[in-house]
Amino acid sequence: MVENRPWANFFAHTVLIIGVALVVFPVYIALVASTQAPGELMRGTLPLLPGSHGLENYALMWQSGVSKANSTSAAQMLWNSFIMAMAITVGKLSISLLSAFAIVYFRFRFRMFFFWLIFVTLMLPVEVRIIPTFQVVADLNMLNSFAGLSIPLIASATATFLFRQFFMTIPEEMLEAARVDGAGPFKFFKDILMPLSVTNIAALFVIMFIYGWNQYLWPLLITTDPNYTTIVMGIQRMTSEENPQWHLVMAAVVMAALPPVLVILFMQRLFVKGLTETEK
Amino acid sequence: MASITLEGLKKTYAGNVDAVKGIDLHIEDGEFVVLVGPSGCGKSTLLRMVAGLETITEGTLKIGERVVNKLEPAERDIAMVFQNYALYPHMTVYNNLAYGLKNRGFKKDEIEKRVRVAAKMLEIEEFLERKPRKLSGGQRQRVAMGRALVREPAAFLFDEPLSNLDAKLRVQMRVEIKQLQRRLKTTSLYVTHDQLEAMTLGDRLVVLNAGQIEQVGTPMEIYARPATMFVAGFIGSPAMNMLPVAYLKAQGANGLLDNLPEGTDIVGIRPDDMHLAPPAAPHLVVDSTLALYEAAGAESHLYVTLADSDQPTVIRVSGQPPVAEGETLRFFVPRDALHPFNSATGKRMGVLENTALETSLGDTANT
Amino acid sequence: MQTKRMTFPGKWLPFALLAPQVIVTLIFFIWPAGQALYQSLLREDAFGLRSTFVGLENFARLFRDGSYLNSMSVTLVFAVGTTLVSMSAALLLASTVNRMIRSRSTYTTLLVWPYAIAPAIAGVLWWFIFNPSIGIVPYMLEMVGYQWNHRNSGSDAMLLVILAAAWKQISYNFLFFLAGLQSIPQSLIEAASIDGAGPIKRFWTIIFPLLTPTTFFLMVVNVVYAMFDTFGIIHTTTQGGPAQATNTLVYKVYADGFVGLNLGSSAAQSVILMAIVVALTVVQFRFIERRVNY
Repeated sequence: MVENRPWANFFAHTVLIIGVALVVFPVYIALVASTQAPGELMRGTLPLLPGSHGLENYALMWQSGVSKANSTSAAQMLWNSFIMAMAITVGKLSISLLSAFAIVYFRFRFRMFFFWLIFVTLMLPVEVRIIPTFQVVADLNMLNSFAGLSIPLIASATATFLFRQFFMTIPEEMLEAARVDGAGPFKFFKDILMPLSVTNIAALFVIMFIYGWNQYLWPLLITTDPNYTTIVMGIQRMTSEENPQWHLVMAAVVMAALPPVLVILFMQRLFVKGLTETEK
Repeated sequence: MASITLEGLKKTYAGNVDAVKGIDLHIEDGEFVVLVGPSGCGKSTLLRMVAGLETITEGTLKIGERVVNKLEPAERDIAMVFQNYALYPHMTVYNNLAYGLKNRGFKKDEIEKRVRVAAKMLEIEEFLERKPRKLSGGQRQRVAMGRALVREPAAFLFDEPLSNLDAKLRVQMRVEIKQLQRRLKTTSLYVTHDQLEAMTLGDRLVVLNAGQIEQVGTPMEIYARPATMFVAGFIGSPAMNMLPVAYLKAQGANGLLDNLPEGTDIVGIRPDDMHLAPPAAPHLVVDSTLALYEAAGAESHLYVTLADSDQPTVIRVSGQPPVAEGETLRFFVPRDALHPFNSATGKRMGVLENTALETSLGDTANT
Repeated sequence: MQTKRMTFPGKWLPFALLAPQVIVTLIFFIWPAGQALYQSLLREDAFGLRSTFVGLENFARLFRDGSYLNSMSVTLVFAVGTTLVSMSAALLLASTVNRMIRSRSTYTTLLVWPYAIAPAIAGVLWWFIFNPSIGIVPYMLEMVGYQWNHRNSGSDAMLLVILAAAWKQISYNFLFFLAGLQSIPQSLIEAASIDGAGPIKRFWTIIFPLLTPTTFFLMVVNVVYAMFDTFGIIHTTTQGGPAQATNTLVYKVYADGFVGLNLGSSAAQSVILMAIVVALTVVQFRFIERRVNY
């Protein structure tokens, strides 16, 4: 469309640059703070340019955490977060793929019942059933374990419905051809269905990984042992001390944010696909 | 290789919908049989029952001497070519062909050998490492055929395999399928709604309507002696004209229609049997007005309005029509070219002596 | 609900395939939800030794309880504030980015990544910038004569949590608005400009009405987000204070149940929250059906 309004373009770029600046601002401040010397932040105002203590702050955080007894190193906490996020992601994806496979490719009694049972989980986020769920996990002796951190979160109506929807779009003949070619349910699942679902699996993987990595309330409830502290939780513990060492806290913040942000930046297309399709 | 025998095959869907209402058919070993009929006549369902993709409600299905009613598709020793090809999009052409063999536990070198042979036969060797989406429609069709071929099955089942191709490719592939089947002599069952495809491909045709067989026979038998008004209308293009006997008599039949077979009240006339010049043989004379004419190259189709009637009627002549649209036209029909039917039953009423096209055909027309 | 035309035979296999999902659902979703329902009808004595059936008494108490009613209105303000701030910022950014051709993907990349930040981390970040003694924003506000202190001022605290929650949600809203904008046919906008409508008029008379389905959908999603996914933000910043000013319903369930150990009341609160999620889910699904037909 011919629309020659130089001022409009200028204005648009201005709006966007301000917008981006506001969005980036908190993280920039975190970066700046994480590079300051220990005492620098206590002097009243924060400098606006990075300091020179970045390396030592990150190294300290990585190796030993805030310098106190019973603190967990960031390396350990990042590892814990990674294990939890991967367990949740892989768990959600596998049980959802299996459920969707059953619902679409089999006819059996109570099919609708199971479908609705899975649907109901959409309406029961952890936040609304905190205490009884905690009690169940405690009764099962799953407190302070990776199983306890991940298994109660792996039921997924969203992923099941997404896979179900995707399976429904696969032509009928794909199954028929495979049956004529001698493939049973397992072969069909492994040789045909999984390869065809790769993009969907990857897109959901991105979303689920971020979901898992960012868990907060759940680990807070069921882990007390520092060996299971995840990075997101660990940061909260550091800030709730008497005099938080903000330069180290911010180094931890940057390290905690980096993995999921990198996932989004490098897999932006899959991320957008995953996000928009899970909400359909 | 094997014969296929269908005995009283029935398919009833939930809610008592009869899709296939009892089919008896014997397909000889090595024979090419085409199931033809309008959409919804049950031809695809019947084929899928043979393939094992639909359950059989009633009746017996034998491939060779084996009753296969309850067997999985993979256990029936058949191969199928699908209308949309159903190629596995994530596998190369090679793996598409090899998949069925792998699942049956063939040795690697045997798979390799069979795939190469089939690829050569179908001229798709150069595409073996490609994915299906990089192929044209015609090439995909060949891959679909290849997948059936490598298995060396007892029978090929084709479900409208050419209907996704453009007209030119369709003719080319039709010829290739026919040649391939002649060479391999594998029993084949082929479903189509295209009567021309059916006529040109099949050793025998099975004309289906509303879940039942209307007629089984060689293409020429069916063309020359359609057993029912449905078959008469379905096979041949333009379709056969149907004129009431009473009307023709009123137009002055001169006793030519007096000794038609018992029960005949309507006669069918193929558009090619309506001549613009009087033939030597005994014939009827009918007056009409030319309503519309279609030039189709070497021949023309004349849509005429009969005098004192609103029966739509088509005449096929070679070259141009002798009169302009809106002018009157007289045509002549040899008595031998009439197909006698009873309009109430829809059935053919016996034989007229000396029917033009038919000379020494057996009496297999009615079922 | 359909299956494929042809399905695999097998009596036990489908149940085996469903088993992991169903077992997890039953043990960690259905059973606790049932427990919450059951406990919401009981009251424990002071030592937690005996519980008695009290019917709907727990619910009745909640609705007489000033702090619970306060929590409801706090949640309302928080949800509406977060939704408004986040959606209007995202709409402004999305419609501006949508005009761009070459720089569109760069701007998009720069705007989507906050989605990846955990709510708890977002809370820590904003808590830090607004920290009354060392934060940069209070320092700047002081220069214009405003004494920021979210430790004392309830409205400052509310503003802080709204900003943190809205900030994190901008990426999400931005992506959906951008997708919505891109699905508006260019020909409609061209027709409007031939009819003499300038860019701003076009936005309010053509584009905004056509975005209604997206807007409505996002409103529901944002309210759900603000109500249920922001526990981390509250917990790492205000912890519900000062003086209950940011004590949202979800935070209160946690605080009353875990810290206050008042099981009956906490269970009753859970049940009310479940009812709210059910209602929101129904709205969302009903509405999605309409969205398809728009």
